[in-house]
Amino acid sequence: MKDEARFIYSEDLLRYRFGDNHPFDNRRLKPTLDLIRTLGRLEDHHLHPPRPATEEELILVHDPDYICLVKEADRGDIPRERLEEYGLGTEDNPVFPGIHQTSALVTGGTLEAAEIVMSGQARHALNLSGGLHHALRGKASGFCIYNDAAVAIAQIRKKYQARVLYIDTDAHHGDGVQWAFYHDPEVLTLSIHETGRYLFPGTGNVYERGHDTGLGSCINVPLDAFTEDESWLDAFQRVIPRIARSFQPDVILSQNGCDAHRYDPLTHLSATMRIYRIIPQVVHELAHELCDGRWIAVGGGGYDIWRVVPRAWTYLWAEMSGRPLNEMEIPRSWLEKWQPKSPLTLPDTLHDPEGLFEPIPRREEITQKNERTVNQVLKMAGLLK
Amino acid sequence: MLVEEIMHRNVHSVTPSTSIGDAIHLLKNHQIRHLPVLDGDVFVGLVTDRDLRSASPSSLDPKGLRNLLHRPVSEVMIRQVITAHPLDFFEDAARALYEHRIGCLPILEGEKLVGILTETDILRRLIEIFGVDRPSQHVEVEVEDRFGILAEVADIFGQHRTNINSVMLERSQKEDHLNIVFRVQAKDLGKIIDNIEQAGHRVLWPRTNPDPEGGV
Repeated sequence: MKDEARFIYSEDLLRYRFGDNHPFDNRRLKPTLDLIRTLGRLEDHHLHPPRPATEEELILVHDPDYICLVKEADRGDIPRERLEEYGLGTEDNPVFPGIHQTSALVTGGTLEAAEIVMSGQARHALNLSGGLHHALRGKASGFCIYNDAAVAIAQIRKKYQARVLYIDTDAHHGDGVQWAFYHDPEVLTLSIHETGRYLFPGTGNVYERGHDTGLGSCINVPLDAFTEDESWLDAFQRVIPRIARSFQPDVILSQNGCDAHRYDPLTHLSATMRIYRIIPQVVHELAHELCDGRWIAVGGGGYDIWRVVPRAWTYLWAEMSGRPLNEMEIPRSWLEKWQPKSPLTLPDTLHDPEGLFEPIPRREEITQKNERTVNQVLKMAGLLK
Repeated sequence: MLVEEIMHRNVHSVTPSTSIGDAIHLLKNHQIRHLPVLDGDVFVGLVTDRDLRSASPSSLDPKGLRNLLHRPVSEVMIRQVITAHPLDFFEDAARALYEHRIGCLPILEGEKLVGILTETDILRRLIEIFGVDRPSQHVEVEVEDRFGILAEVADIFGQHRTNINSVMLERSQKEDHLNIVFRVQAKDLGKIIDNIEQAGHRVLWPRTNPDPEGGV
């Protein structure tokens, strides 16, 4: 084993979707996988199939009555009000055929990734179908049924007693994972996201810092809408390495939602592909510096499934698998194959070229505000005088 | 919302004969700034940390200070105190604190003290009102000020079976218009926003530019 990485995948995972008019559609992995392959970054020995999570595993994080309901939800005879009590059957979280089986498979994929890394079969493992960070103990929320990352962390705690650093760079606050470990000093959850003042789910303020013995093991960096690359990266680079070094984890689990991009229809952070090249670099380095390379990564949000998701997650896997990609053109063959299917014109470079997006007004004020937030976060963590 | 729903019921108090030294001690120990003075059950006055501080002689006069600490609080307490009733409205209590520039309102039923309300309690309650207790996000709509307008917009959320956590209404800068601020339990607002716009209202948030008048 050198710097070997595993890619969790099976076509069954593509069934995690809520219908044609819903922003979350895991079929986004098809063009993503194809782009990774076209660039020669995925070979058969990387692939590892998921398995369904067992009820015993799901119960580490979820209430038994919630799991029971999800199992029966697609039968068609559960009253609407009862489903809604559990966050299901809403426009955000419609019930789909096989909702339990597919959601359990996604969770099992992240559990496999965790086991591969913790048992030493490979240093890194990626489950792009995972990262469903909003799912709560007894409730579906924000397109998430089971909280795969939380279940995997709970399993790591139980089986390996390892200290886990969870890094969440989705544009939305990683609330479900935060609450699952709010009292646990051995799991540090770190989320950098668009402020909840405007965006779903509303939480993720700097003063949410964990509770009781877990106080301090929860870190939130809420950034202003229209933050853009420079300020986003400044916050990320000032906070993540310092927190990671002071926490000294045994393993890192990163959630790699890519919905902070300017094209994303649900959010307003207005970043470009640049952050999605740098995030995995930084996390990768920290994993080697602090955890002997142990790094589990999952996907997450990403609602421009044509122009953003394939490129962002190609950068992620390329970094993980030890053959990172730089700024480059996208092969014509990929564009010719997928352009007819995409309602939007596909970009022809992996990166977003300089000057592609018009600058946003009020950049200076937004940058200042984010700097203050970062200072406050570092002060509360005792890392800044 | 009534004062009795947010006031503190377990109130630290002193009697008129309590020494100033003991009162200072009590304020420090409990990290509070106000002590009602009770004669039996009857509210007779209030001592505040500010009054005690301004009554204190300079530390350059140790003898004077020692004497003061042994004197009764009845010598420094305020007797004409602005108070409130448990059934007063939250808004009126807030206004009383603001207009009289005071930090606390003893809550009386007749002459009997039943609670205390401080500016901190008011702020805490406001934070709760604006806060987030369930996953939700912010939607702000500018609407014409006419009958039934709130119901019309709220109905759009209802049609999408989306719960509303909180609503605020305020005058818009635009004449004869209102801004309605909702917090709603939905992550995907796309279809809801389309419908609100189709109904002829202007959506102020979500938007694609920090400057509401600018267009990107």
